[in-house]
Amino acid sequence: MSDPILSVHHLVGGYGKMTILNGTTFSVPPATITTIIGPNGAGKSTVFKAIFGLLKLRDGKISFAGRDVTNSSQRALLNAGICYVPQGRNIFPELSVRSNIELGGVSAGKGIDLPKRIEAALDLFPALRRKSAQQASTLSGGEQKQLEIARSLLLEPKLVLIDEPSIGLSPLMVQQTFDILKSLRDRGVTILLIEQNARSALEISDIGIVLELGQTRMVDKAERILNDPRIGQLFLGGAMEDNAA
Amino acid sequence: MNGFARPLKIALGLIVVAGLIIVPMNFNRYGLFILSQWAVMTIAAMGLNLTLGYAGQVSLAQGAFVGIGAYAGAIMTTHGWPLPVAVLVAIVLSFGVGWVLGYPALRVQHHYLAFVTLAFSTLAFLVFRNESWLTGGIYGISNIPRPHIFGIATNKPLPFYYVCLGSLAIVSLAVWWLIRSPWGRAFVALRENPLRAQSLGIDTRRYTLMAFAIGSALGGVAGALYAPLTQYIDPVPFNLSLSLDLLMMVIVGGAGFYFGPFLGAMIAVLLPEWLRFTEGYYLMLYAIAVMGLLIWSPTGILGILDRHMAARRTKAASALRAVAKSRLETAQ
Repeated sequence: MSDPILSVHHLVGGYGKMTILNGTTFSVPPATITTIIGPNGAGKSTVFKAIFGLLKLRDGKISFAGRDVTNSSQRALLNAGICYVPQGRNIFPELSVRSNIELGGVSAGKGIDLPKRIEAALDLFPALRRKSAQQASTLSGGEQKQLEIARSLLLEPKLVLIDEPSIGLSPLMVQQTFDILKSLRDRGVTILLIEQNARSALEISDIGIVLELGQTRMVDKAERILNDPRIGQLFLGGAMEDNAA
Repeated sequence: MNGFARPLKIALGLIVVAGLIIVPMNFNRYGLFILSQWAVMTIAAMGLNLTLGYAGQVSLAQGAFVGIGAYAGAIMTTHGWPLPVAVLVAIVLSFGVGWVLGYPALRVQHHYLAFVTLAFSTLAFLVFRNESWLTGGIYGISNIPRPHIFGIATNKPLPFYYVCLGSLAIVSLAVWWLIRSPWGRAFVALRENPLRAQSLGIDTRRYTLMAFAIGSALGGVAGALYAPLTQYIDPVPFNLSLSLDLLMMVIVGGAGFYFGPFLGAMIAVLLPEWLRFTEGYYLMLYAIAVMGLLIWSPTGILGILDRHMAARRTKAASALRAVAKSRLETAQ
């Protein structure tokens, strides 16, 4: 395997007295889709917050493309090539679709041809191009999520963190969104995904990471995790066998 | 498309502005004082509206910033400096103090920030009262001169009212520009969804701090005008109750609405005066009126207007749909 584009090592952190991440360690190879799965409270979203500098870590190290980016500012991370698409709806409903995409470039430097990049982003999402002049609140839930992904692409990121893209979407929309992620991967973008919809996410993923109680339980090829009988058990609420005290 | 046609809006605005200039010419001394107070308090409330309505942070220190501005204005003008210079110093001072206070205070948000600013408010009051070498202590500062503007003395109530009104106009334009600038839009983006703003690489803390400091600076402007208006200041008007009054003005008028502070300050300054004929009951009636309003419309007076407009737009849209439908049916 080639050198990882992202590696997190022994992350420890949480909210207040609560420790959510307890030695989380994994790495992500470039140009892959990697999905983090795990039960509620395993620390999936918290890992993303830690990577994107939104959570002060008590311990651990995050490196991206060979550079230490632990506790960097959001702007520095965006400039380094990491984008973050948070859970839920994060569009500007009162602005047009095009303006929403344009906002992905607020932290871009002067030398960037924004109109060209907006066009490139719209090329990837035909549904958004058709509606680019409409107010973003008129889009369907799935289109709104696509809009967020399109916006995150404006800085031409090397790594996109996407938290629960399929939440609240129809099965068809989930499939469409996942297809877009696959085409991004094929263009060399690395995607790190969190999904409740674990089965369909793993089906499009190269690597799967199982997180439990803030610790990495398993990192393996996605298909191996899909076929692992212990995973079903984990998602039924039980702990993994070897964790039973 | 906001219910009124644009020319109608402009005409309405011009009528209000003309009214504010012409009508008070017949007012007595007391009426002019109240109206000047309205203009000054509107400036302070606009500052708080930036912090609360646009950046979404509850501050209980706006009265203290009015106090800082008032003392800066009073001390400088009694020492012979012209008022415009004193206003500039008040702006710089309250912006600076706001920044220094906000830097540690904005580590906490919302109601926690309210407590931190509450403590600052008390602290500022103690400084005004106890540092008598600077502030005159409980005796305050008297004989605060009113300025000469372009060679015209503004000692009389009417000219000074125009100074207050003119200042309000300048501040209004500045705030209008600010909330339409990328800065203002960033403030709203932070209030609505901080995570969304952060994911785009906006430094939320810096913008919140800026909103807080600019809001504080407007408190300072109001204070620097308040001092020559009353011509005598002591610490009492700048205690916590002023901060609470200003907070009420913003909320009653409609937090986050541009014209909210104008209306809120009008109610807070004028309503008690109108209710004076009820003698001992006027504060009670005033309190009941405010409570009733906020139960009826938690988003303030402009919130009522907003709902009314939304209802009208819905009706208009359904009428359009009905027309379109009947046309489709006849076409078939």
